[in-house]
Amino acid sequence: MLTEMDCYNTDPTMSALPKLLDSCGRKAGVTVRRKIVPDLRTRLIQLAGSHAVPDLVLLDNPDLQQLAATGALTDLGAAGLRTEGLYENVVAAGQYEGKLYGVAPGANSLALYYDKKLLADAGLTPPTTWDALGKAAKKLTSSKRHGLGFAVPATEEGSFQFESFFLSAGAELSKLDSPEAVRALTFLDTLVKEGAAPKDVLSWTQANVQEQFANGSLGMMVNGPWQLPQLKKAGMSEADYGVVPMPVPAKGGTPSGALGGEVWAAGNNGAEKSRKAAEVISCMVNEKNSLTWSKLTQYVPAAKSAAAELAAEQPQMKPFVDGIAGARGRTAKLGATYPAASQALWTAVQAALAGQRSPSAALAAAQAEASR
Amino acid sequence: MAYALSEPRTAPGTTSGRTGKVRRSFLLRLAFLVPVVVHTAVFFLYPLARNLLLSFQDYGIRSVYSGDAPWNGLANYRRLFDDPVFHKTLGNTLVFVVVSLLAQFVIGLGLAEFFRRSFPLGGVLRSLLLVPWLLPLVVAGTVFRWMLDTSNGVVNQVLLALRLVDDPVPWLNDPGYAMAGVLLCNIWIGVPFNMVILHGGLQAIPGALYEAAALDGAGPVARFRYITLPQLRPVIGVVLTLGLVYTLKVFDVIWVMTKGGPANATQTVTTYGYQLSFGGLSQFGLGAAAGNLLIVVATAFALLYLRSMRAEDHTAPGRK
Repeated sequence: MLTEMDCYNTDPTMSALPKLLDSCGRKAGVTVRRKIVPDLRTRLIQLAGSHAVPDLVLLDNPDLQQLAATGALTDLGAAGLRTEGLYENVVAAGQYEGKLYGVAPGANSLALYYDKKLLADAGLTPPTTWDALGKAAKKLTSSKRHGLGFAVPATEEGSFQFESFFLSAGAELSKLDSPEAVRALTFLDTLVKEGAAPKDVLSWTQANVQEQFANGSLGMMVNGPWQLPQLKKAGMSEADYGVVPMPVPAKGGTPSGALGGEVWAAGNNGAEKSRKAAEVISCMVNEKNSLTWSKLTQYVPAAKSAAAELAAEQPQMKPFVDGIAGARGRTAKLGATYPAASQALWTAVQAALAGQRSPSAALAAAQAEASR
Repeated sequence: MAYALSEPRTAPGTTSGRTGKVRRSFLLRLAFLVPVVVHTAVFFLYPLARNLLLSFQDYGIRSVYSGDAPWNGLANYRRLFDDPVFHKTLGNTLVFVVVSLLAQFVIGLGLAEFFRRSFPLGGVLRSLLLVPWLLPLVVAGTVFRWMLDTSNGVVNQVLLALRLVDDPVPWLNDPGYAMAGVLLCNIWIGVPFNMVILHGGLQAIPGALYEAAALDGAGPVARFRYITLPQLRPVIGVVLTLGLVYTLKVFDVIWVMTKGGPANATQTVTTYGYQLSFGGLSQFGLGAAAGNLLIVVATAFALLYLRSMRAEDHTAPGRK
């Protein structure tokens, strides 16, 4: 008997996950008891305090390092989990100090969604560079809508979205105030100052951005592949919108961004349970299951071959699949100190976009804050 | 002895009857106290003591699992006072509390005065005004968040339609306005509480006082100043003290509306304490220290209030 916790409280994933757990559990000869916990991170910290982390947990990848650092998670590599054939950066996002603590069934990255009709009416092609993105956003802005929407609230979500500009510019999370970082923030700052992006980006979540895009209030948006089913629900078809990779600062650059998605990890509850947990996880992230699961979540499968298969099958997923190759684990360089840097970063983005500080002053303050 | 216990029959000549009865009634009284004492100890005193100790420890994410957190004296408090963001939260908290209290009180008192007269549907209206109090804070916060949305919020649509503003007001997206935005919501939530308590207080003032004052030629302002306010004093004390404690610990409203943003413009000591502990930094010692400062402030005001109440009791015998 293994216990499991995740935070998937909406369908299709909510009802699909127990089926996957059951079938993989059967293979390993265990039953899995599932529990949905909305605020999973806080809950896991509490459970770590009482040494009662469940045998299986599906948690957001930037939180993995901190939890692994406590010793509450088990070393899955030692428990016999193999990661051949998975994206190296996705595997790295599940490692802490060289050991494997988590594996993602699928990963995600951000891309640019655009309203086909609006772009065509304005005589625009989907932008590939920041310059073109800025011009398109301005041109699409009218009294009824803003050209571009993104989400930079005062949470991890804000850092995640900003990082797709920040990392594409060539900045590093270990140095928040580099010229490249200032360039990225200045770009977004200008968009907001000129009214091409709404001030609401400071309080909107990614889900809110998708709602605004679906109701025609935004010409383009920065968002993840998990919004594809949501757009379908809102009545948009593939004839209405397109997806292209994140625009880059200058022609010829490669888009980069933060690697998003949840990872499977296992509580440190003894060798026997760890071995069983590793068996169940390796079944859940194998090529076949990774593909089926990713189709449900609209994530990019962690197995390269499955990802290629998905891109061939669903053209809309191609920009996201391409995006994964260049995406970076948020904790790759900073490990357990990432959350501190992230908080400093989203505060800087907010300070600049709210007109409180210049981008360079805001980022300088962030670097000072992160290294306090 | 107010507790009539069935007296056990004891053989004559033994003395255990009397003392046994006393002991039993004492035990019975104790038994009634036990649940309250246990509940308070477990759910109130223990967490409080734990939080106090926590604030003198370097309690990071690793301590959670291992349980060992080195004592670091006043280091957490020192770090807090060296933190520019914390200075900001202190100022924000002061503004949030003072403005909330004043506005809630003034509006609440105005409404209470208004409902003093009986008029058709007065009772219905009064109960309708209680709705904000009954709503979960998360619901109120979420609705206000959408109403105050810069691009699509109904508040800006109305202001623009009435030509009161030329551009949408960035209610929750500008450091200059965000505090006003969360205050609007918090005041709206707090008015009914003030109104109900003050209304009760007003009902208790004898009408004869006003009649006498009117005969002496006192106008409405004088009547309010020399009769209503002095008579309401104890009630005002209750409302303001409770209001202060409630407002100090407001978390959900701010968290739902702005997460303390933009750029910490609406970060109060409460939200910042949460952020330090659970927002990713996992600095539980620092979070506890921030929480303790609030407890100290709230306790100080509660004690002041209790003292003034005692003084009231001495000056106005028989008045409860």
